[in-house]
Amino acid sequence: MADEKTMTFPVEATHIMMFRRSIGDFSVPDTGMEDTAAPPTFPQAVAQFDPDYFLRIKPGEAWFGSGKNPSGVEGKPASSGGLHAEQHFEFERPVVPGDVLSAVTKAGKTWEKESKRAGKLMFSERITEYRDQNGELVCTARGVGVKTERPVDQG
Amino acid sequence: MTLKASEISVGDTFEEVLVEDLKRTQLVMYSGTSGDYNPLHTDDVYCREAAGYPGVFAHGMLTMGMTGRVVTNAFGAANVKKYGVRFTNQVWPGDDLTGKAVIEAIREEGGETLVDLAITTTNQKGDVVVMGNATGRVDP
Repeated sequence: MADEKTMTFPVEATHIMMFRRSIGDFSVPDTGMEDTAAPPTFPQAVAQFDPDYFLRIKPGEAWFGSGKNPSGVEGKPASSGGLHAEQHFEFERPVVPGDVLSAVTKAGKTWEKESKRAGKLMFSERITEYRDQNGELVCTARGVGVKTERPVDQG
Repeated sequence: MTLKASEISVGDTFEEVLVEDLKRTQLVMYSGTSGDYNPLHTDDVYCREAAGYPGVFAHGMLTMGMTGRVVTNAFGAANVKKYGVRFTNQVWPGDDLTGKAVIEAIREEGGETLVDLAITTTNQKGDVVVMGNATGRVDP
């Protein structure tokens, strides 16, 4: 993953409506016409506008998922993948329909830890700043991902 | 109803059932809206045969999103200033989740009245699946 990249995130009322439904938030009328603030975890949906996002299908490239074989991706280790360890959002103002956010994401700290349930844990931090059309900071997100040596023991 | 500083005290606690019997279809919905199509959240065959998990499990961000309803019900989505969590246990289809917020502080800052919440979400076994904090603006 590149050390820094910029994504353009057009914020639409219908996307917010679908996002609310998917988290079971029916606190506002469910029409897609409301000019209301997005839920605080909505900035993460910038993934929809990340051209390199590895968890979205791309033309001409093998795609994860079971089909003829269980993984769909030949020649790649069927690792347990990355898990999410922490996520933090800080808002200068709410995200609202009509915003066109410019999201710049940068790698942060990395560290390692041993665990009984999943072997060696490799943590890495990413910081994303979301600015509006006027260059004003709207939100700062800090995510911590963890790659595990083996799948997390369910015992 | 969002909180009013004059009607609350430090230590006040409120709870909300976030989901009962979490469905795999909700994981699919969240993949679609968030853009996170990791097969660990949608594809049981992939989980069992390629990744070594017993089946699909919820996106951490879905649990954080559902838990966020406790925060937005307290403040209104437009008044949330901070919201952060650590993911402490995986969430599985069939789980029942309850979110809990405890008022940790009511304070004035920059001409605004702010409330700090400690947040935990637990499953039907009593295991904490996320824990964190939130800060929001409230009416005096």
